[in-house]
Amino acid sequence: MRTQTNSVSNPVNDTVVLRKAEVRRQAINLRIRNLSLQWSVFIVLMGTWQILSSNKIIDPFFFSSPFDIVKHIWTWVVDGTTAGPLYVQFLVTFEETILSFILGGIAGIIFGYLLGVNELLSVILGPYIKMINAIPRVVLVPIFILWFGLGMSSKVASGLVLTFFIVFFNAFQGVREVDRNLVNNARLLGATKRQLARHVIIPSALTWILSSLHTSFGFALIGAVVGEFVGATEGLGYLIAQAQGAFDTIGVFAGMVILSITALVADWGVSKLEKRFIAWRHIRQ
Amino acid sequence: MIELSGVTKEFIKPSGEVHTVLKNINLTIPKGEFVSIVGPTGCGKSTTLSLIAGFEQPSAGEVYILGEELQGMNPKAACVFQTENTFPWKTVIDNVSLGLRLRGVSKSESYDEARKWIARVGLKGFEGYYPSQLSGGMRKRVALAQCLIVQPEILLMDESFSALDVHTRHLMENELLRIWEETSASVFFITHDLEEAIALSDRVIVLTAGPGATVKGDYKIDFPRPRNVAEISFDPAFMKIHKQIWEDLKDEVMISYENANKLRVKSS
Repeated sequence: MRTQTNSVSNPVNDTVVLRKAEVRRQAINLRIRNLSLQWSVFIVLMGTWQILSSNKIIDPFFFSSPFDIVKHIWTWVVDGTTAGPLYVQFLVTFEETILSFILGGIAGIIFGYLLGVNELLSVILGPYIKMINAIPRVVLVPIFILWFGLGMSSKVASGLVLTFFIVFFNAFQGVREVDRNLVNNARLLGATKRQLARHVIIPSALTWILSSLHTSFGFALIGAVVGEFVGATEGLGYLIAQAQGAFDTIGVFAGMVILSITALVADWGVSKLEKRFIAWRHIRQ
Repeated sequence: MIELSGVTKEFIKPSGEVHTVLKNINLTIPKGEFVSIVGPTGCGKSTTLSLIAGFEQPSAGEVYILGEELQGMNPKAACVFQTENTFPWKTVIDNVSLGLRLRGVSKSESYDEARKWIARVGLKGFEGYYPSQLSGGMRKRVALAQCLIVQPEILLMDESFSALDVHTRHLMENELLRIWEETSASVFFITHDLEEAIALSDRVIVLTAGPGATVKGDYKIDFPRPRNVAEISFDPAFMKIHKQIWEDLKDEVMISYENANKLRVKSS
């Protein structure tokens, strides 16, 4: 309260308050501008698509239209899909994605760490890992379906191999990039191997690992969807494959929209996770 | 306290040639002495420090700490590096208390001790800050507290203050002397700045230009303590000893400069 009465009587404080309000207003204006630009891009694109499609300039059978897609999603939500209720398909794909993301991530971190700290291991295994990494992993999906069947485990396996390599290479690099001085400093202060890992190597590599999680979640999703594509009885990928089989372009697009929304939400979640784990990088004064 | 006896350090270059960094170094540093080591760039000052710290082993000769041959890390030493000592993912108090935590001291006890050291280096109130929120000088204070909390018998400093501006540097040097005088630690201080070396030390060692650097000169500096680093350089006695050591150092700097030029001509 006192500061307020002071500010009224003090002309210098007055201008400071005014300037603060001015800066805040500018920031809000900037946000409004950015948001409206983002939305106008969306409206222009969707509008053009809709107009072209309803005037038969592009063939609605092959290209569908935004309005039809929304309608299709709505019927899925209300009446269910050919494979059952929509939320079940969504949950199935989501569960496969999360499982392969977590398992692939953990395996990637463990192997990346081991090879990062152990020179001998990385020399021995390095060429093999490079070789496996060079195989397009999608070709493994049919094999996984043969091995694990049409159920969830084959999808988790295909998502897992995709995630593993991304996290692995980042964890490996992160461990290798640790500042020599910091390692020496901790060793001189008396750190054992385990303490060195806990206090220096893992926190330092975490920056790399977390940035890889963004991309690898997308790949986990790809793994799950491609697995469902090749052989499954439920899931979003299965829905898309079925729609494709029935020449139902609207259905394919509708499946795509749901997938992209899922990916956006997941990306937001990973960002939150990142902020939580490497708070020290985000705090600046 | 520290004894280097006939120490030689060689590296094998990727081309297969043997590169001799240090050659037959004999040096004894008694307990509680502040020793600075100067020499032209690339002469092996930091390598000497690595040998005393135990980061590396000598190719020939021995390093003795308190009469015992050093194998592996030196448990009596702590080091303030030129660049970063502080762990960016730890707050100031976690950084300072780390040495005690690693030795198995309980969290509350090591935090209490860390608070004392943080106050002693003038950072009271910054316990919860991350290093990225501090200035370069403040980070050096954290580094100093982080080393001194484990009460090392040997404090190694590798051009610790060379990245600071002149005023901050004088301030930090005075702080270092003030805190060091309360301890009985030996200090092994690497610098390229002769003035800094004389102002701080009991003894200044001059190394020859590399490759194969060895001890060229060994000078006693007996100015009374406590000293004021910013003012001591106006003392005529200071200028006299400065001139004397510089005569020694100058030749080595010239040799190292010529060597560098020769290399440049060869490679171009």
